[in-house]
Amino acid sequence: MFLTFLTFLPLIGAIFLAFIPKHEEDAIKQTALAIAVADFLLSLQLYADFDTTTAAMQFTMDVPWIEAWGISYHVGLDGISLLLYIMTTMLTAIAILASFGIKKHIKEFMMAMLALSTGMLGVFISLDFFLFYMFWEFQLIPMYLIIGVWGGQRRIYAAVKFFLYTAVGSLLMLVAIIWIYFHFHKTVGVFTTDIMLITQQINLDMLQQKWLFCAFFLAFAIKVPMFPFHTWLPDAHVEAPTAGSVILAGVLLKMGTYGFLRFNLPLFPLASVEFLPYVCGLAVIGIIYGALVAMMQEDLKKLVAYSSVSHLGFIVLGIFAFNHYGLQGALLQNLNHGITTGALFLLVGMIYDRRHTRLIAEFGGLAKVIPVFTVCFMIMTLSSIGLPGTNGFVGEFLILLGIFQNHMGFAIVATGGIIFAACYMLWMFQRVMFLEIKNPENEKLTDMTPRELCTIIPLIILVFWIGFYPKPFTKTFDASIQHLITQVTPKDHQGSQEPHASANTDVKLAQADAGSSGSH
Amino acid sequence: MIPAPEIDLVSLAPVLVLSVFTMLVLLMDLFIGKNKSGLVFISLTGLLLTAVSSFAKTDWPVRSFGGSYVVDHLSVFFTMVFCISSALAILISIEYNRREKIRVGEYYSLILFCTVGMIILASSTDLIMIFLGIEIVSLCLYVLAGIRRGDVRSSEAALKYFLLGAFATGFLLYGMALLYGTTGTTKLAGIAEAISSGQMSSQPLVLMGMVLLVLGFGFKVAAVPFHMWTPDVYQGAPTPVTAFMAVGPKAAAFAAFFRVFTEAMPELASSWDMILSIIAVITMFVGNLGAIVQTNIKRLLAYSSISHAGYLLIAIIARNSLGGSALVFYMLVYTFMIFGAFGIVILIGREGKENLELEDYSGLGFQSPLLALSMSIFLLSLGGLPPLAGFIAKFYIFQAALNEGYVILVVLAVLNSAISFYYYLRVIVYMYMKEPQGEFQITLTPITLLVIVISVLVTVELGLFPGPVLSLAQP
Repeated sequence: MFLTFLTFLPLIGAIFLAFIPKHEEDAIKQTALAIAVADFLLSLQLYADFDTTTAAMQFTMDVPWIEAWGISYHVGLDGISLLLYIMTTMLTAIAILASFGIKKHIKEFMMAMLALSTGMLGVFISLDFFLFYMFWEFQLIPMYLIIGVWGGQRRIYAAVKFFLYTAVGSLLMLVAIIWIYFHFHKTVGVFTTDIMLITQQINLDMLQQKWLFCAFFLAFAIKVPMFPFHTWLPDAHVEAPTAGSVILAGVLLKMGTYGFLRFNLPLFPLASVEFLPYVCGLAVIGIIYGALVAMMQEDLKKLVAYSSVSHLGFIVLGIFAFNHYGLQGALLQNLNHGITTGALFLLVGMIYDRRHTRLIAEFGGLAKVIPVFTVCFMIMTLSSIGLPGTNGFVGEFLILLGIFQNHMGFAIVATGGIIFAACYMLWMFQRVMFLEIKNPENEKLTDMTPRELCTIIPLIILVFWIGFYPKPFTKTFDASIQHLITQVTPKDHQGSQEPHASANTDVKLAQADAGSSGSH
Repeated sequence: MIPAPEIDLVSLAPVLVLSVFTMLVLLMDLFIGKNKSGLVFISLTGLLLTAVSSFAKTDWPVRSFGGSYVVDHLSVFFTMVFCISSALAILISIEYNRREKIRVGEYYSLILFCTVGMIILASSTDLIMIFLGIEIVSLCLYVLAGIRRGDVRSSEAALKYFLLGAFATGFLLYGMALLYGTTGTTKLAGIAEAISSGQMSSQPLVLMGMVLLVLGFGFKVAAVPFHMWTPDVYQGAPTPVTAFMAVGPKAAAFAAFFRVFTEAMPELASSWDMILSIIAVITMFVGNLGAIVQTNIKRLLAYSSISHAGYLLIAIIARNSLGGSALVFYMLVYTFMIFGAFGIVILIGREGKENLELEDYSGLGFQSPLLALSMSIFLLSLGGLPPLAGFIAKFYIFQAALNEGYVILVVLAVLNSAISFYYYLRVIVYMYMKEPQGEFQITLTPITLLVIVISVLVTVELGLFPGPVLSLAQP
């Protein structure tokens, strides 16, 4: 019940906002922020109450909804979704705070943000296919409006492209869901759309798994986005307002990786193993391609957008490593990317607000003019590269550790991606922050305001916290990862895989590694 | 000796009640003065009583008149849909007719007569009766389409509709004649029996009859390639009539379509499901691709209604009880979405300027937020976006088809949904993302507004909690 309340609180807030007169802009902003912050603080209670020793769903609620079709309102959280859930509430609050400067239609903007929040939270808690699909599609609309109404020059094009890409992908998933629904009835004898029940009892042969895997994969791969389905992302990111970009990078992309973890792996284990080389291949291509394209960008926001393609490739690689390190790294990197890239978009947004341009060539020598900004930017740049001591390092390290064990080749190529990341990020940083001040406009820049600092500081804290002591984060998903691995590993193959009994001690070792190299 | 068929007036009650009220409207028109609102009252009462009287028999299915008329699950639910759609049509016409100065007496009675025809269509299990129903419906519609006599477009719409409609009726009749000629009966059950026991005189002629029926019904439901009349007629007809045509008569034609093919020719399913599948796919594609390039809201909705006919054909192809239920549920939801959307189209227009171009909607989103929000809800629901009713309806149809194993058909339908989002979103783009062209002068007329509010509520309600209505729709 508490979980349901938390999920719908933003939507209720959005409806409440509708009754505040349009001209009371301050009241609107403050109310929206208060709702989002309250939602975030309350969601921390979930972390406190979370039992880290079990992989079972917690905070569950299951009430019949459309009984004629066996559909129920079934929600809950496990280790995979808990931190994503909390990150969503946090980023919503930050994004709302970051958009206080919006000039037109502030009321509608805040309403859209809050509605979006409910849609995203709903995706992470749904344990019923039908419910999941509803939330999955529902969050498209507010995001579409945020890009299309408050975006940049080519906003309409970007918004429609964003919507259609996601819709096409998810509609095929819908067909797969209905198919599973009937198949489950044929084989088990119950009409149900309960994800937990179906995951447990479904019985599919190889061919069926392959088709269904593809239908689900397409939906999630577009969302992630994986190469070659990524073309909507740079457009959407560049045109979206700052808050939109933050949410897009921080949460919406995570829905794709979350989908892999919740559906593709446990439902279609055979097909997952079968398609592994292809998925990993696409992920690696994404890593290298994203990095190379990012290197050539002249627009700051586009650069960060393409770096997302590259980073998300790592996460997918970690997921398909099918071992503890890989999955742990992937889940952690899910958060890291939300934090780091979200912060980078915030920072780029701040500088855009001041100069109304994002072209790298327009800047140079900012370090002397706006030192605080530069320090924040540097921390996030280094975190994005994965410097030891920052969150990015722990995540990428674990992922590479995981993939090295199973697929050396992919790991070697992916490591190249990290080097490229250092190239494009540092080069960009140098051109923007150092060198001489060529453009006199830049001398007039003002440093960060307290409000802007408020949006960045929580993220900076998280960067170092995860970088030095990731345990409070990783411990939430260890049990779920173990459970997931047993689901993916076919029972008759279990002998040939390396035993996972000692995984927990391995994890500790890895964390110790991460910590010690961070302190150098 | 011909046995006298048993007469069962009770099962005919909805038709009788509505006919009486229709006559009453015609008569009263002469006696009441300038203020015609009394006619509205009589019409709505008539529709309400009709809806109630359709439950006169509850031990479904009740067959009467020698098996040519049936009261069953499908017919009762469809009667409900017809009553709702006619009531909504009357409600949104009131202020529109005043604005556009359309004479109302015969207008209301024509809608009611048309409804009588629709009920007959949905309840008949005899080819002659079905033909009778189709004629009643069509004749009323020809007149309604051209009721704005002074308007060139309206007259063009009526003439076009009449000429092509008459042609299609010819095909239909020819098909019926062939079926009668080969099987010796006009009763659907009798035809099915003759076909399954091989007692027909000539297999090719039966097939030809079937193809001609597809042609005739295809025209009535505006399936491609018999859809050419739709955009022009929808654009030219008065807006409430357009909404009415897109819903009620189409639902009735689908009901008869479903009945004839599933009850009379289940044995030939292997031959007609292929034809219908092809028609369904082409219909969806032509409708959706055609809608993309439209700049007039009425034409856009016309093309969208063509594409919806394609989805509905899938329910016929599924030909299981799920298909029938999916069909009625879809039509119910569609009724509210369409009347809601057209209600807004009516409100946006004003005397002398109908504002039907998409550009006229620029900036509506922030000038009158609730109206734009309602329009968005209707359009997104038409596209099939959860959690709106349109999604549940599409979900139902896809379920019915997947249950019978039509995976490719469903995949194509789903892709079409994605295409359709493009043009529904285009309207939303105009409303929210373009700068307004000038000040909006919207007079929020109360009754039209009422229709919109009801439609929004139902569209959201049936999307979030479809349970009760779904269990009603399922036999």
